[in-house]
Amino acid sequence: MTSLLDVRRLTVNFFSEAGTVTPVDEVSFQLAKGETLALVGESGCGKSLTALSILQLLPRAASIGPGSTIELDGEDLVPMDEAALRAVRGGRIAMIFQDPMTSLDPVYTAGSQITEAIRAHRDVGKRQARERALQLLEEVGIPDPLSRFDQYPHELSGGMRQRVMIAIALSCEPQVLIADEPTTALDVTVQAQILEILDRLRRSHDMAVLLITHDLGIVAGRADRVAVMYAGRIVETAPTDRLFQHPAHPYTQALLASVPRLTGPLQRLSPIHGTVPNPDAWPAGCRFHPRCPYAFDRCQQQPPVRTVSDGHETACWLESPQ
Amino acid sequence: MITRTEASFHHWRRSGGWLGVVVLVGMIAVALVGPLALPDPASQPDIVAGAQPPSLAHPFGTDELSRDVLSRVVSGARISLAIAALAVTLSLVLGATFGLVAGYWGGWVDAVLMRLVDGALAIPRLFLLLLLVTVWDHLTIVPFVLVIGATGWFGTSRLVRAEVLRIKSEPFIQAAQALGAKPARIVRRHLLPNTAGPLLVAATLGVGNVILLEAGLSFLGVGGVRPPTPSWGRMIFEGKSVLATAPWASIFPGVAIVVTVLAVNLIGEALRDHLDPKNA
Repeated sequence: MTSLLDVRRLTVNFFSEAGTVTPVDEVSFQLAKGETLALVGESGCGKSLTALSILQLLPRAASIGPGSTIELDGEDLVPMDEAALRAVRGGRIAMIFQDPMTSLDPVYTAGSQITEAIRAHRDVGKRQARERALQLLEEVGIPDPLSRFDQYPHELSGGMRQRVMIAIALSCEPQVLIADEPTTALDVTVQAQILEILDRLRRSHDMAVLLITHDLGIVAGRADRVAVMYAGRIVETAPTDRLFQHPAHPYTQALLASVPRLTGPLQRLSPIHGTVPNPDAWPAGCRFHPRCPYAFDRCQQQPPVRTVSDGHETACWLESPQ
Repeated sequence: MITRTEASFHHWRRSGGWLGVVVLVGMIAVALVGPLALPDPASQPDIVAGAQPPSLAHPFGTDELSRDVLSRVVSGARISLAIAALAVTLSLVLGATFGLVAGYWGGWVDAVLMRLVDGALAIPRLFLLLLLVTVWDHLTIVPFVLVIGATGWFGTSRLVRAEVLRIKSEPFIQAAQALGAKPARIVRRHLLPNTAGPLLVAATLGVGNVILLEAGLSFLGVGGVRPPTPSWGRMIFEGKSVLATAPWASIFPGVAIVVTVLAVNLIGEALRDHLDPKNA
């Protein structure tokens, strides 16, 4: 499997007077053409920063550490200058954000924002761009695109706005779509619709999708593979089915145990006790060990990445924690 | 379904914005064509009679030099409105530019620009103007407008900067960046339009302010308008000496100022509501 997006040893550092913190620490993952990879983890584990660093839209105080590479089609994005990056952003890699209520500019109509996105990267006339925009609105399942075209964001519901965001993201036929918690702010029924649309478009456009979420529940059946992130590191990567059936890392197991299930024996949900520590207070060794029920002496040292089975890797000292 | 346009026009009617437009357009029309139909504001048909109360021949009366007050108010409208419009435009351009640059780029750029503005705001505008007017001996109308415009943008730049800081952190700015928008494009297409509301309010207040400032400077004898050219402020000043016996010479230009400022304020308010999509 050749990867389209190849992120290796990605490190993000924040510099401040209090010192340097590293909220993303040597994260590596690959994304193949047409594939959906879910990046899963609790709030504050570095998922969004990972996404933003792919487009290099990090906050001013943050920077990508040395030795990190982000290759798109074999081309490293990290050393690129701003002009080259701007061509990548929205052109080859597009991103949709968590909050559709505020991700659209309130002073422009939905249609004009899509049209503008098209014209930012494509040399087309206004009429052509408008037609393409209408077609995109249709594609993302917006009923009556003609009348929606001239509406302002505040006249659209959250689900409609997220569809408009997706239409904007798709406007330039990106190779990679990064969806950062695309459904977190939406109703459950709308969530399912949006995920359905993303999945359908991924197939029809042959895009790679990086789906960032804290909700393992939306991953099943939609992502091909899952990368579980904890405290700035990826602790387990596996094909979705295998991750759900044989989670190797105690953190993954804990995450799965905290998701309600409709099938199987009735059991209490078990929440993970404690919270993700702040990046300036990450424990040595395996960062999950203070919350891990199986922790033992060796967990004070950083565990190496171990292959469980083909395509299934984990960073844990336990051979079989169950 | 009510369309945006219908809803906005409804709003316009309710807010009195239309009244402001009617009055201001009327004022501008009169200022443009009125002088053609009225007697020369400088002519003194009956100089020995002195100030005459309003009559059919002189609806607003005449001043102590026997000049037709109506004619002078109408001519003064040209001067006062032109000064206000040009000076406020200049202030807006300067204020918006400085505010956008400081707010968007931040860091030391912001620090330097805002300390300059703080310094400028610490000097009372009237003193600053008097100082500049003293340096330039014979201030004609164009430098006068430039000076007023160049000293009126400090508050506006702070206002715009504050708005930019607020809007800059909105996700739609990050979304625009994620689409590959250049900084200049983000400033022009996203930040500037989103600050239009506060800018318009600033402009509104600015117009009233400049009209009053011009009156004040004329009163101090340092305005860019020299007699016999009539400006509203100058007329009030000239009528001051006969206020008890011929109040009409000051009242009518005063009314013109009040009506104009009120009209512009109504327009500003209505525009702000109109431009805020949440109120459409």
